[in-house]
Amino acid sequence: MPRRFPWFAVVVGLVAALGTFGVLLLLQNINIRQAEARETVFRVVDLTEDTLDPEVWGKNFPLQYDSYKRTVDTARTRYGGSEAFQKLDTDPRLRTIFAGYAFSIDFREDRGHAYMLDDQRRTERVKQRKQPGACLHCHSSILKAYREQGVKAGVPSDEHHRQEAIMKGFEVVNKMPYAEATQLVDHPVGCVDCHDPKTMAVRVTRPGFLNGIKGLAQSQDPVPHLPSIERWRKGDRQKAYDPNVDASRQELRSMVCGQCHVEYYFTKEDKQLTYPWQGGLKVEQILAYYDRIGFSDWTHKESGAPVLKAQHPEFEMWSQGIHARSGVACADCHMPYQRVGAVKVSNHHVRSPMLGVAQACQTCHRYPEEEIQARVANIQDRTKKLLDAAEIATVDLIKAIAAAKAAGVSDEALTPARSLQRQAQFRTDFVNAENSMGFHAPQEAARILAEAIDLARQGQLEVVKITPHPTTSR
Amino acid sequence: MVNNNGKAWRWVGIAAVALLGVLAGTGAYTAQRAQALSYLSNDPKACVNCHIMRDVYDSWQKAPHHAAAVCVDCHLPHDFLGKWLAKAENGWNHSKAFTLQNFHEPIRIHAKNAAILEHNCVGCHQNLVSGVVQAQTSYGQAHAEYAADKGAHLGCVGCHRDVGHGP
Repeated sequence: MPRRFPWFAVVVGLVAALGTFGVLLLLQNINIRQAEARETVFRVVDLTEDTLDPEVWGKNFPLQYDSYKRTVDTARTRYGGSEAFQKLDTDPRLRTIFAGYAFSIDFREDRGHAYMLDDQRRTERVKQRKQPGACLHCHSSILKAYREQGVKAGVPSDEHHRQEAIMKGFEVVNKMPYAEATQLVDHPVGCVDCHDPKTMAVRVTRPGFLNGIKGLAQSQDPVPHLPSIERWRKGDRQKAYDPNVDASRQELRSMVCGQCHVEYYFTKEDKQLTYPWQGGLKVEQILAYYDRIGFSDWTHKESGAPVLKAQHPEFEMWSQGIHARSGVACADCHMPYQRVGAVKVSNHHVRSPMLGVAQACQTCHRYPEEEIQARVANIQDRTKKLLDAAEIATVDLIKAIAAAKAAGVSDEALTPARSLQRQAQFRTDFVNAENSMGFHAPQEAARILAEAIDLARQGQLEVVKITPHPTTSR
Repeated sequence: MVNNNGKAWRWVGIAAVALLGVLAGTGAYTAQRAQALSYLSNDPKACVNCHIMRDVYDSWQKAPHHAAAVCVDCHLPHDFLGKWLAKAENGWNHSKAFTLQNFHEPIRIHAKNAAILEHNCVGCHQNLVSGVVQAQTSYGQAHAEYAADKGAHLGCVGCHRDVGHGP
């Protein structure tokens, strides 16, 4: 009896084969995931303090390097970002506020970290005005050059004197003309500037910051967000505060950024880069410091007031905010952890958290992205309104003083009004130059701007007092 | 001829069975590689087989509840059927998400699981909170309330967010 062909067995065989195919695919996937979980660091090259090129570091740390390279990207955010738009055009009031200073020539938004050296070499502030080598402290990977210059200046070249040589070289390079100093460097900020090449530990290297934070530690200003400083103050103070010894890793994850994202000035005589923190980090403490040493950046072209330019006091502003108070570091939001395979990597594409809300904010704030964006926009829009009002008030005061000056009022009579301009203008600029449109410390920004408006209008009243009034002169 | 056919066809049958055997073998091996049996336990270590849960596991060890509750005490129903149904559903969802890598990061709890969680909070802390909440009588009700809430976390963990694990 002829049997029918066993189609059933064939179908079973095919299904089993397909099933096996699928299972093996799954097995492969599981193997990949498990291999990812075991992934660690492969040391391909030896790294030393003299390895400046991030590409070499990237051979050992490809994941970090990949994201670091992305700092070439440009993106515009609500009020900032990394596109080099001319702020003098978007906000023409700044031309009046900075009249007579290099910032009235060129005030572009900074691009990403990758462009820091290039942008500095290109800006009209450096091309049209004479600038010192001190500028390179924060626009290049300069430690090696500092050390070489320090050794040249007579510090022994052995390992024991490394830090001493760096500090000496810092002094030497600060004074050099920019055009000469810039020949000493090739790279924008790189791995070695924030990491120990042997251990990869986060560290601070910038002499300006090391001096500045030492001064802050010795001040009375409460810094609850930097517990290691509070602890140091309670100790015997035999040794100066040293962040690389005293600070926790979490504090260092902010301090590495605070190496450069701060308010600073160059001393008049020898262009030494200095962070004005000896009295504390708040705007009025910094201003009091400048008043005490009699420092001004320039004499205002229209009003004749001895005024100051605030730089980019992100570290100072963040210090007054709720995130700092809650122990959140710069890197938590600007370099949030991301998962690459199974590895948790700190994203070295440093940028606005608003461009990556999920990783930057949602780890702690469990709200939809749109809600978080809206909350930030709220804070920034309100700050912008206050900032506009403060800038208008400052410009009004400048015009009033200029008019009084033109009308023949003496310098002596104008001194109180000019002093008020200095105070109002520095406050306004402190918020304007700070890269967060108030977000880093919303209430502090509002307080500063409210004071700025008040001081500027007080200045106008001063001008009214000293200006010969048409009705009284008749 | 007939005999020959019969013999050949028998071989087809044997091949089919052999392939089934291969499937069973590779399946078992894959399951073993994936530590499949561990998922039948209550051991929190099973939850960190996949590294997505690493942060949660680490922070649970430092959180107030680590001495009182393991993962499943809060995240699975306590009744037999409910527990295994939820385990199966979450197991399927997690395996799928982890294989396809198509999930939202940071990971988020779904409304259904949030309802289970809420129920378990109240379950243990009944004496303490009976005056505050009308203890939900069923997961369905809790689920409905969560869905109506559209993720506006008004449940226990809305405020007591770090008791189980952070952040």
